[in-house]
Amino acid sequence: MTVAAERPMRLVEHFEHGLDAPICLTWELTYACNLACVHCLSSSGRRDPRELTTGQAERVIDELQAMQVFYVNIGGGEPTIRPDFWHLLDYAVAHNVGVKFSTNGARITPERARQLAVTDYVDVQVSLDGATAEINDRVRGAGSYATALRALDNLAAAGFENAKVSVVLTRENADQLDDFKALAESRGATLRLTRLRPSGRGADVWDDLHPTMQQQRIVYEWLLAHGESVLTGDSFFHLAGFGESLPGLNLCGAGRVVCLIDPVGDVYACPFAIHDTFLAGNVLTDGGFARVWRESSLFADLRAPQSSGACTQCAHYDGCRGGCMAAKFFTGLPLDGPDPECVQGYSEARLAADRTIPAASQDHSKSGSSHAPVFVPLGVGPAAPPARSCSEHPLEGFHPHVDHQGVARG
Amino acid sequence: MALDEARVDALDEALDEAWELAPQVALRDEAFGALAYHFTTRRLTFLKSRDLVDVVRLLGGSTTLREALDAAGVDAGSWDAYARAVLALADGDMVRRREVAA
Repeated sequence: MTVAAERPMRLVEHFEHGLDAPICLTWELTYACNLACVHCLSSSGRRDPRELTTGQAERVIDELQAMQVFYVNIGGGEPTIRPDFWHLLDYAVAHNVGVKFSTNGARITPERARQLAVTDYVDVQVSLDGATAEINDRVRGAGSYATALRALDNLAAAGFENAKVSVVLTRENADQLDDFKALAESRGATLRLTRLRPSGRGADVWDDLHPTMQQQRIVYEWLLAHGESVLTGDSFFHLAGFGESLPGLNLCGAGRVVCLIDPVGDVYACPFAIHDTFLAGNVLTDGGFARVWRESSLFADLRAPQSSGACTQCAHYDGCRGGCMAAKFFTGLPLDGPDPECVQGYSEARLAADRTIPAASQDHSKSGSSHAPVFVPLGVGPAAPPARSCSEHPLEGFHPHVDHQGVARG
Repeated sequence: MALDEARVDALDEALDEAWELAPQVALRDEAFGALAYHFTTRRLTFLKSRDLVDVVRLLGGSTTLREALDAAGVDAGSWDAYARAVLALADGDMVRRREVAA
């Protein structure tokens, strides 16, 4: 060892090089869903028959415990559809793996709500994409607004503290932010707002549903004004291009500090990247989750220095760092260029030009289902049906105090 | 200045107190130091030096913070900085004061 100290790496640089284990991760337990939200990240609907068994899922939890992954975000699909969901939740908590799960609320009965209220280390996130039934049900499906509100009411009545109301920001609900916040707070819940990603079925509706530039500016101002009283899962770091960074980790954590495990045990770089391009391995066939995390060549690539192309010339690069990899990929933009929602407008020309949207690697939609929502933009046709947000940023809920405890070495 | 003196007093006091890692907190070592996760508040904090991690781990077995710092081999010139860090961790209930039996 040399005595001369080199410049210590900043924490963000450690993150870019990847940690020994994810900080937390997303685990889609099933592709089965009673809804068929038009923007579902995982194109959920039908159960995959190769879904992990209860025993296999327990082994994954054992590994997460051994790796000291303190927290897992469980989603789907609708995770509560799995008959062993409540067992796996208890199993995780008993093994020091805290759980936050996302649900459309259909199974959050008064009895389940009471059970959840007395379980430590469990957080519940109810998806809602409109502050009114009209706006919500167009994306998530007829009746889904009433279902979500009933679940929130059940949780509040049971004394479950601080549930989350999880909203995917769209062109149609962007002017309902105050209403969402009031709706959450009236039930003792916290609003969580995340970004619409063009992933899964979201690719089909992104052009019509992603917020306009003007809305992005309004949302940015609103988020700055509300600070940490609204959760964002660090979803909006591309908005840093407007000026100030929003609270949170402003970097892409894909394969570095986060990842996703899908219902069949496939490991992807991030929750918004269920595509063969971002498939790192499988927990059953590649020697377990820890081995995939530590040895996958895809993750090694993501942890190597990235080329950010023209973005590095931009005055706002340190804030947004080129934006979201998945958003670029699924809109057919180059990964080393600007985010499709670059607030400086640097992606507009590319979006307007010919581009090839990558074909989906998988689709679990219930084809031909008469219940599936068909999205028609407002003002173009009659109110159309539903969707389910499977969105889940793995860093949600953490409040990293990056700058507070750094003690200079004496 | 009175305010600075008060701060120095607070640091001295912290150095003379007994501390421990809060029972709901787990540490995970990483190259930069460690993650500290509080299972009840669900707060994650990054301990950004290995020495700080050593000190935090030694708190429970030491009668004072001074003793933990000494055992970790931390240079006395930087003890105040460590006392500040421990107080910051205490604000988030990551570490807490420990009653010492007389």
